[in-house]
Amino acid sequence: MAQHAQGAAVSSWGGGGRPYAIGSKKLGMWLFIISDALTFSVLILAYTYVRISNPDWPRPFELWPSITMATVMTFCLLSSSVTMVMAVLSGQRGDRGKTAIWIWATVAGGVAFIVLHSNEWLELIHHGVTPFSNPWGSPLFGATFFTLTGLHMTHVTIGVIYLAVVALGFKRGKYDTEDVEVSGLYWHFVDLVWMFIFPMVYLLSNVV
Amino acid sequence: MSDEVAHESHGNRLYLTVWVVLLVMTALEVVLAYVALSVTVMLVTLLGLSIFKAALIMAYFMHLRFEKFSLTLTLVPMLVLCIFLIVVFFMPDSMRLLEMRG
Repeated sequence: MAQHAQGAAVSSWGGGGRPYAIGSKKLGMWLFIISDALTFSVLILAYTYVRISNPDWPRPFELWPSITMATVMTFCLLSSSVTMVMAVLSGQRGDRGKTAIWIWATVAGGVAFIVLHSNEWLELIHHGVTPFSNPWGSPLFGATFFTLTGLHMTHVTIGVIYLAVVALGFKRGKYDTEDVEVSGLYWHFVDLVWMFIFPMVYLLSNVV
Repeated sequence: MSDEVAHESHGNRLYLTVWVVLLVMTALEVVLAYVALSVTVMLVTLLGLSIFKAALIMAYFMHLRFEKFSLTLTLVPMLVLCIFLIVVFFMPDSMRLLEMRG
């Protein structure tokens, strides 16, 4: 028995141990995030490639309101990432009430993002942008823009629901700190994806 | 106990610093978007800043820097390789299209 334990300590791949020193939930979330990152990479690449291929690509993103609002949205997501980190730190300290409050602050940041982005979408739809046509140029603009930002907004929406469930469950003692950490990983990933959508879709709109 | 509290406040300050750096880099990106630069320079700068921001988020917010290094080695090179494989196919054609536009 003692020899077995010693063997496990020597080789982390001998079974019965955790080679990465993290729980299986966390590893599972990481693997999901990497595969999801590829999905978003391909969508951003598709958007950029199609835009470069079309000289009549629409450029509806003015400094006001689009770029300014997108900057505020970036601020919302980055700040909600920090509150999520604070939630994890409070959780590790064992302060269940404070953890829940920080998670709710994160949810508020996510909701602010959804409201601002929906507003942007409605504005574009109001101007006649659909997935198949728009009044300014290449019809592919609507298709690629709505697919890319739509998938991202779906992720934010799922994240808001996920965090709300974790906040409620954690306060009741149903979930532990690792669950909060894993939901945080997902939330930071959603933030990370926006760090690429913001410059590639909005900021480069002025240049190409 | 007091040692633990000191460690925690250090942690808070670290994450707040990362947050401020990310915000400053975002502001820099917005300003850069309105400076007259060539498309290539602009693309490289914006993408470089974004990759650096993503690295900061992964290292600190997602805690990857404080995990075992083998986790980073398992996750990141695979992703970079896959993205690189896609870019290899699309980059030359994209550059050609960009030059054709003049």
